[in-house]
Amino acid sequence: MSDKPEKFIDENGLRLDGRRVDEIRPMTVEMGVLSRADGSCYLEWGNNKVLAAVYGPRELHPRRLQRPSEALVRYRYNMAAFSVEDRIRPGPSRRSTEISKVSGEAFEPVVMKQFYPGAVIDVFAEVLQADAGTRTAAINAATLALVDAGIPMKGLVASCAVGKVDGQLVLDLNKPEDNYGDADLPIAMTEDGEITLLQMDGNLTADEIAKGIEMARKGCEQIFAIQKEALLSKFGTTDEEELLKEAELQAEVATSEDETEDVEVVSEVVSEVALEDEDDELKDEVDEDLELQDEGEAFTDDEVEDTSDEAEDLFGEDVSEFEINEGTESEGDSSSEPEGAESDEDEGEKNE
Amino acid sequence: MSEAISRLKKDYLFNLALKGQREDGRGFDEVRDLIVETNVIDKAEGSAKVLLGDTQVLVGVKLQVGSPFADSADKGVIITSMELNPIASPNFEAGPPREKAIEMARVVDRGIRESGAIDLNKLCITEGVEVWIVFIDVHVLNDSGNLLDAASIGAIAALMTATVPGEREGRGDDVKLPICEMPVSLSFVDIGGELVIDATNNEESVSDLRLTIVTNQDGSICAMQKSGPGTLSEENFLRSVEKSREIGAQIRGEYLLNI
Repeated sequence: MSDKPEKFIDENGLRLDGRRVDEIRPMTVEMGVLSRADGSCYLEWGNNKVLAAVYGPRELHPRRLQRPSEALVRYRYNMAAFSVEDRIRPGPSRRSTEISKVSGEAFEPVVMKQFYPGAVIDVFAEVLQADAGTRTAAINAATLALVDAGIPMKGLVASCAVGKVDGQLVLDLNKPEDNYGDADLPIAMTEDGEITLLQMDGNLTADEIAKGIEMARKGCEQIFAIQKEALLSKFGTTDEEELLKEAELQAEVATSEDETEDVEVVSEVVSEVALEDEDDELKDEVDEDLELQDEGEAFTDDEVEDTSDEAEDLFGEDVSEFEINEGTESEGDSSSEPEGAESDEDEGEKNE
Repeated sequence: MSEAISRLKKDYLFNLALKGQREDGRGFDEVRDLIVETNVIDKAEGSAKVLLGDTQVLVGVKLQVGSPFADSADKGVIITSMELNPIASPNFEAGPPREKAIEMARVVDRGIRESGAIDLNKLCITEGVEVWIVFIDVHVLNDSGNLLDAASIGAIAALMTATVPGEREGRGDDVKLPICEMPVSLSFVDIGGELVIDATNNEESVSDLRLTIVTNQDGSICAMQKSGPGTLSEENFLRSVEKSREIGAQIRGEYLLNI
């Protein structure tokens, strides 16, 4: 194969697709694209087209797989037969089995599994068109699908790869860089920088790995900003009426709590007191659950707003470059576009 | 029941780790006794038996003539398989490899492939038509922890002793399999925030994270894999990279260079 470009980075420091070394490809996302799924997200990243869906929490069968104290997070990465240049045989391969395993593990630390003992949260990631970096694209889409499904999470997960071409580290490999580059280091991390997925092949020195991690971190920050903007545009509200309604609702809850306290004080019949206590215990439990859920959902309301503002400050114009799909375009159209699918040796079955 | 036991075991091992200790008295950076025997199976083109503490792994290398992949018509092919046979642990079941075995086989494969250990260009017989296919089969005999490193060491040791069976297949003379690198894999597991190397099966069972780093002779890194639902801090990760270089070089010098 002599398609290898002579140079990956030109004298101006620009890559074959015109990006700088620390720039990710343009990414667009659209949430809630599948009506049957509990949550879904369609994501385009460069020429990658990826669809992620979440089903659950739902009952897990067979029952021997159930976990008594938490939900099982099950992740399935699957490539469409036509997603690469040479058709791949549909169904699971050794490669997709490995990717499914490590990608699922990338979400385990953030999904609050303890709320759904015995249940399963199924995440399905379908690669419709592959163009280097499909596992990272799938993870970025799956994060938003999980939020869309209302799964309580401690935070988001973002993923991107760092590679090496012409002896230089580059962020988010494109197809030629992936095929002919010297290394590929896909990473996923949480918002507080904990690594949840890490793989590597090729050749890197220890220094390059340290630099690569920093580079991946910056890439993930850009992706978090995109994810948060998508969340904000779907779930965020600045409508004053709604805020007022919410305040009223909270006031009502507060007064009803007072009432129950009064009842407890005036009640003289022992059995009634006992009943009341039981009720209160139940109520406390419910309150606790509500509180926990509030924590889980908090970032869709407050934090997202804050952090995406921050992100805009940080990245300035960069953020606006990444168009957020407003939900008017049908996802089906774009997936059937015959955009230049390129040969995909690493994405395919070469290693098998 | 098993959950109660594992919780007690976890407490015990985590508390030991807090004191800087391990269940078998080793330090965090200490590898168990390692014995590498080569040429243990005459029928195989290359073979190695690895004893890593109580862990036992047998690796066999076979070569066959086959057709190359379309995108690398002038290169030989590597196929690595690993089975977690029920003979090796009460936790293993018979049947086709599942994700755990597939992942381990692929990490062993990645270390061999990405380091360039085998000179695949020399395994081309007729470009685009015939090449040598190198089968690396890992047979797990006893799982006392850290199968991945035992399998990786076994794989490179078996390859280093392998011959290309030219006469048998009617493709010229028998020659030594061309080897140009000696990758060494080192796996760390997280025990209560401490990363320890060469974990026992007990340590593995209470850990939620394994990090494998494969290093080359020049100290560069050719493959890595994080496995398990835990998270990894950048600090722990970069420290592990350094350790894997240092300890990898020791293992290479002591056990591989004299094969």
